[in-house]
Amino acid sequence: MPKDGIGASTKRREDIRFLTGNGNYTDDINMHGQTYAHFLRSDIAHGKINNIDTSAASEMPGVLRIFTAADFEEKGGIPCGWQVTDRFGEVMQEPKHPILAEGKVRHVGDPIAVVVAESLEQARDAAEAIELDIEELEPVLNMKEAIKDGATKVHDDLTSNLCYDWGFVEENREAVDEAIKNAHHVTTLELVNNRLVANPMEPRVAVGDYNRSNDEFTLYTTSQNPHVIRLLMGAFVLNIPEHKLRVVAPDVGGGFGTKIFHYAEEAFVTWASKVLNRPVKWTSTRSEAFISDAHGRDHVTKIELALDENHMFTAVRTDTYANMGAYLSTFAPSIPTWLHGTLMAGNYTTPLVYVNVKAVFTNTTPVDAYRGAGRPEATFQLERVVDKAARELGVDPAELRRKNFIKPEQFPYDTPVAVTYDTGNYHATLDKALEMTDYAGFEARAAESKARGKLRGYGLAHFIEACGIAPSNLVGQLGARAGLYESATVRVNATGSISVMTGSHSHGQGHETTFAQVVAEMIGIPADQIDIVHGDTSKVPMGMGTYGSRSIAVGGSAMVRATEKIINKAKKIAAHLLEASEGDIELKDGQFTVAGTDKSLAWGEVTLAAYVPHNYPLESLEPGLEETAFYDPSNFTYPSGAYICEVEVDPDTGKVDILSFTTADDFGNIINPMVVEGQVHGGVAQGIGQAMLENVTYDENGQLLTGSFMDYAMPRASDLPMYSTDHSCQTPCTHNPLGVKGCGEAGAIGSPPAVVNAVIDALQRGGYNVDHIDMPVSPSRVWSAMQKG
Amino acid sequence: MTTLTMKVNGKTRTGDAEGRTLLVQFLRDELELTGTHVGCDTSQCGACVVHVNGKPVKSCTMFANEADGAEIVTIEGQAAEDGTLTAVQQAFQDHHGLQCGFCTPGMVMSATALLKENPKPTEADIRHYLEGNICRCTGYHNIIKAIYAASGQDVSSIAAE
Repeated sequence: MPKDGIGASTKRREDIRFLTGNGNYTDDINMHGQTYAHFLRSDIAHGKINNIDTSAASEMPGVLRIFTAADFEEKGGIPCGWQVTDRFGEVMQEPKHPILAEGKVRHVGDPIAVVVAESLEQARDAAEAIELDIEELEPVLNMKEAIKDGATKVHDDLTSNLCYDWGFVEENREAVDEAIKNAHHVTTLELVNNRLVANPMEPRVAVGDYNRSNDEFTLYTTSQNPHVIRLLMGAFVLNIPEHKLRVVAPDVGGGFGTKIFHYAEEAFVTWASKVLNRPVKWTSTRSEAFISDAHGRDHVTKIELALDENHMFTAVRTDTYANMGAYLSTFAPSIPTWLHGTLMAGNYTTPLVYVNVKAVFTNTTPVDAYRGAGRPEATFQLERVVDKAARELGVDPAELRRKNFIKPEQFPYDTPVAVTYDTGNYHATLDKALEMTDYAGFEARAAESKARGKLRGYGLAHFIEACGIAPSNLVGQLGARAGLYESATVRVNATGSISVMTGSHSHGQGHETTFAQVVAEMIGIPADQIDIVHGDTSKVPMGMGTYGSRSIAVGGSAMVRATEKIINKAKKIAAHLLEASEGDIELKDGQFTVAGTDKSLAWGEVTLAAYVPHNYPLESLEPGLEETAFYDPSNFTYPSGAYICEVEVDPDTGKVDILSFTTADDFGNIINPMVVEGQVHGGVAQGIGQAMLENVTYDENGQLLTGSFMDYAMPRASDLPMYSTDHSCQTPCTHNPLGVKGCGEAGAIGSPPAVVNAVIDALQRGGYNVDHIDMPVSPSRVWSAMQKG
Repeated sequence: MTTLTMKVNGKTRTGDAEGRTLLVQFLRDELELTGTHVGCDTSQCGACVVHVNGKPVKSCTMFANEADGAEIVTIEGQAAEDGTLTAVQQAFQDHHGLQCGFCTPGMVMSATALLKENPKPTEADIRHYLEGNICRCTGYHNIIKAIYAASGQDVSSIAAE
């Protein structure tokens, strides 16, 4: 095995360029003759556009042209990639999402006009001179009010603000009602899953470049999935055939979901570069990102858990209002439905589950996938209600979970919510986490805290997620308008080095290192002989990109399949050269050998023969050594884990300090432990951010109060602890070639309930009658709850 | 427009700037030193930290013309001519202290300044010093480890792995 093969904590090769200032992020790209776009955005939440007067602004220095919706009448709207069917069999209401606001503005940040000028400063100056006549309308903000009869409508051409009323599993609705009515005990919890902004550190950027000589467009953009952008924008918005449209996502500074989606700015710069026959660049400011990047979460939920006299879960019923914002972002309808409802069995044998979700339009920024996407919302409510049930029944929260867990011998396990978990061992991860945190010693630690006047709490959450998104035929039935396979081309060069073109996109995950480790392992050559190429539609086969913890599980599988084809062909060549039968050829450590003989050939000798086919079986085999594979998964993958948070609450101020955070994950097989641990750290930090700090807040007029890093509390170094991570409990995935499950989202899924459960534990131990606090559990919220409890 | 001259990474550089041009814009757009990043517009994120006359400064907080005649060091001026990384840069790679790399230049410049001021910082010292540098990817754990290791201290004393 090469030293940088599967299982090695190989240092990342991409780090060198990032550490030396040589990364190539989209904003680092400047084209000859480049112009600058500035978007004039609505500063009110809801209004009727009476007039846009650009005459004075057009005369400003450096202005090339000012665009409004009138310039886009021939163009399509921004498409939505998922059509949900409601519980009555009707398709969702789907409003037009124009590139620039048509007739109305529908959220603070809705783009109204774009100035393109010779410099960014000139474009901004001119935008100040655009005169707007916009009549303010009542903003629609509260989801439950928004769907009442007679409510003001966000979209006048829709029948109401209800996007859909989804039920799952609809056939179980009455049985679940009945089970809850007849239950020995029902625990009920009402909660808010707070709205968040993903805030990758690199704001979005788009550069459009049109080449008149060959009628080709190039879009450089901060995307997690350049082919998806090419398809959506080319086919549905601008009507550019794909062979004339290249989309490049170079180094991308984090995504976390919000860079999946196709945004208006991308379509604008691409099209405007043809209109002006000059490159057009747009760079988001952070303030703009807060009002124009799709937000995450924002569910209002009531969950009920029914238990029998033996404390076995008999049913779960959950009602959720999910905020869509003003328009449907690319995958928005799928998040509260198929990525949320299908996880409501959790790790448990609960036989009956019913999930109702009402998706609602409001005069706020669109909401879509953010790290975890639906699965954190499912996990939070489930793990909070299980914890609350344990406290109501006076039983140990760990024991209540253990009792209801799917047992190791029950896998593969068909849940009542359509998915089949292939593997898992929840008892093992729970035991591991309890051991790592010295559960038995907690009482002594709590006593020590008490002696210092502090309240110590121990919070546990166990989670399941559905990753490796996704089987195309299944998601097609569920409303996806895209396939969710992945692609890879493995190009072996004459002297044996390899370029892998993958449809997965790396924006922090380290694919350039970890994907190379897999191919190095399979062939037995050093990883530095293998380059990973991604992020350019002109270089890589059509792929679906990176989200849903799918890169190694789906993209990695495609790469394995392509590499297998390479090895099979190389063995045929080797058999010819060694005058042996193909079945006797073995490939190990980069050497082809004939079983039972001392005959061998090096990898590079065989690859050279493929391109210099002087002694080659030309009658039966094509020259060359390049193979492509498309891999469509047969199931999701199901990572799971136990997360434990220990906190100390200051009863005088309500301030919560995290003393330790421990994770025991089952990710199946692991390629690079160092990278996996890094993914967990980052996910946990985002989950702690949601639980303790972050919260999008709109005022009663729909003004965003948390519109900058001054107001929106991003987790900083001093807010977070060192983490203890473990991934030794491994039940490999049974349906992909690497046995991998994916690790990107786990941290953000499992951590919020662990934090809140710990805070509730601390308060109850301190004698406070508090059974829930909505996130973020800020000092003021904790203190206020203590005063009531 | 004013023509400005400053010593950047040891070399004398000149360029034009408007009165409102920020130092970070001057470095990125005029001098084409794009390693220094812009992650926010409220001087919170720290992706633009450079050294001005030996002190760490968020280069979005000063105008370019305020730096006229100053000595500036950016991320591009850290590694040796032959590409050898500094101890801080190397520790970030060794300890996986970066993921997407966007905050990294600012992190490295802040960490380098910290170790100059305080050669043996505690974990708490490091966390406090990074108050003005936001990372969204790493959860800081490996950044803390990297800086601690770069100071020559044993990371096993702080990392709970």
